[in-house]
Amino acid sequence: MATVVMTSLDSKSRAASRGLSDIKIRNLFIIPTILFLIVFNIFPLIYSLGYSFTDFRASTNAPATFVGLQNYRELLNDPFIWANFAITAKYVIVSVTGQVVVGFGTAMLLNREIPFKGLITTLLLLPMMLSMAVVGLFWKLLYDPSFGIINYALGLGSFEWLANPDMALYAVAITDIWMWSPFVMLLSLAGLSAVPRHLYEAAAIDRAGPFYTFFRITLPLVAPILMIAIIFRTMEAFKTFDLAYILTSQPTTEVISIRLYKMAFQEWQTGRSCALAYIVLIMVLAITNIYVKYLNRVKER
Amino acid sequence: MTQIELRGIEKHFGAVQVIKNLNLAIADNEFIVLLGQSGCGKTTTLRAIAGLETIDEGDILIDGRPVQHIKASHRDIAFVFQSFSLYPHMTVFENIAFPLRAMRGNRTDIEREVQAVAKTLQITHLLAKRPSALSGGDMQRVAIGRALVRRPKAMLMDEPIGALDAKLREEMRAEIKRLHIKQGSTTIYVTHDQVEAMSLADRIVVMHEGVLQQVGTPHEVYARPANMFVAQFVGSPVMNMTEVTVSEDAGHARVLVRGAPTAFDFPSSLTAELTAAGAENGNLTLGVRPEGVLVSREAREGFVPVEAHIIEPLGSHDIIDLQVGAQMLRARTKSGFVPRPGEAVWARINPAQAHFFDSSTGTSFGIRL
Repeated sequence: MATVVMTSLDSKSRAASRGLSDIKIRNLFIIPTILFLIVFNIFPLIYSLGYSFTDFRASTNAPATFVGLQNYRELLNDPFIWANFAITAKYVIVSVTGQVVVGFGTAMLLNREIPFKGLITTLLLLPMMLSMAVVGLFWKLLYDPSFGIINYALGLGSFEWLANPDMALYAVAITDIWMWSPFVMLLSLAGLSAVPRHLYEAAAIDRAGPFYTFFRITLPLVAPILMIAIIFRTMEAFKTFDLAYILTSQPTTEVISIRLYKMAFQEWQTGRSCALAYIVLIMVLAITNIYVKYLNRVKER
Repeated sequence: MTQIELRGIEKHFGAVQVIKNLNLAIADNEFIVLLGQSGCGKTTTLRAIAGLETIDEGDILIDGRPVQHIKASHRDIAFVFQSFSLYPHMTVFENIAFPLRAMRGNRTDIEREVQAVAKTLQITHLLAKRPSALSGGDMQRVAIGRALVRRPKAMLMDEPIGALDAKLREEMRAEIKRLHIKQGSTTIYVTHDQVEAMSLADRIVVMHEGVLQQVGTPHEVYARPANMFVAQFVGSPVMNMTEVTVSEDAGHARVLVRGAPTAFDFPSSLTAELTAAGAENGNLTLGVRPEGVLVSREAREGFVPVEAHIIEPLGSHDIIDLQVGAQMLRARTKSGFVPRPGEAVWARINPAQAHFFDSSTGTSFGIRL
């Protein structure tokens, strides 16, 4: 049956009248995408894996020599790289936690009958539709110690948000929270509105207080979809580059992808940076896997 | 010990009034069934008692204390939902334990209580399962268990077995009755199924379009319906209703079905009673249940010749349509009593089972012969 469906084309269709078979149409649509993926994703992925075992430098013509696991060994023993990872971890935790708290909180507020609910939701979604670079640029203005509106609104005088090494990472995280909380909100809202009302009624009848109801009914039922939001945001935060790069250049905000960028395109240590990229990839995969395991356990119910 | 009293309850949904001046007193340990068609306000009434719905007017008293402004969680009333409303992410044990845990009960007490309830409902083997793995009947048992476990002041049930298939419904009906006798808590039960209502209730409350029609024991509601709605809603097959004229002739009352050639014979006291009750010809409806129509295969004194139409053999008895003038009168006979349709038979209406209603208002004249 399936092959019949695949190979036959409605004989009256325009495509058929032009002499196109189903297979041809399929190829027409699929092959460019596959080619694109191979050329720009899969090929570099495999190619860089090869480079990660060499001392190749893209800035010279010197041939690459195979050095085995030396790049990996050196990187994993480099305390500065670990410092970058520590910064990244701190950033991920602060940023994702902030996004979940703000996003889920907003979703809870929106999950009721309020006037202009649709309009409010749409407006709240605007930040995540902006370009990262644009967000970085105007938050730089907002944070400006002399004329920035944030210091003016909070009455902080000329507080240095981005030049202060202790504050800069949090400033980047706040911007990220502002931008991506709506994403968590959107998914949470979908999860919250899927919790049947009669369960809340049952909980009320069972004399559960608001906190008990939240932690025993609402949260467990929204957990799977909230988990998906967290997976996405963790992955994104882990590889944050644009925001941190545009907003500030403090050593305390040198997250791993900035280190990687510098290593690859300022220091031209191409082979070594490929190895670092693979280390990051494996870490992201590992973290995501933990979440997915948990998600599957939640979904089993 | 829980008494529930409703005083002058009014409830509107937008422009629609769903409960109209409802008054009802429910005694301790009583099993009350709210019976009515869908949309008659019975579920809304139940939800209002539970605190899941607000009311516009009136008082709800539980043990003499007005509770209409108290939240559901503070009324100490258990509710069994039609949709079961089990918590899907919890096991059966956790579901039943939920009301106790919500009240921060002692762990060993909770364990003991849940086990005891599970034993009563015979669901001990299901405690580790999740609701999604249960059959409809078991889900309902769990929902009842969750309601029972905290020994509430009252149990409210909203069509708890309406979603089950016929056989299971019968089983669960018996089980609910058994539980009520054993546990003895004040219970209000909503259903649209009159068989359920008759079999379970201490008293039935019949509602129609937000108005309470009649309150009484199953027997009262069946044998002395207060109006045409109750008469037709309770009992299966439905009560025969036909407009009649009553005249007096030679010491007998003659009840003539419109369009029929011959009148039915009634005791002469009927005319006096009807006059006393203020009934008039032209505004009089006779109601008689199928078992009140007596059928004979041969002509007898006081029997009227009629023609048998459709015969429904139901095993234990037959339901036969008899043509009387332009009307059909359904009668209940022994099975196989009338062998085939088209047969000429003779019928009589048992005066003791006849009801007379005001055709325009539908109210019963309350005449008992």
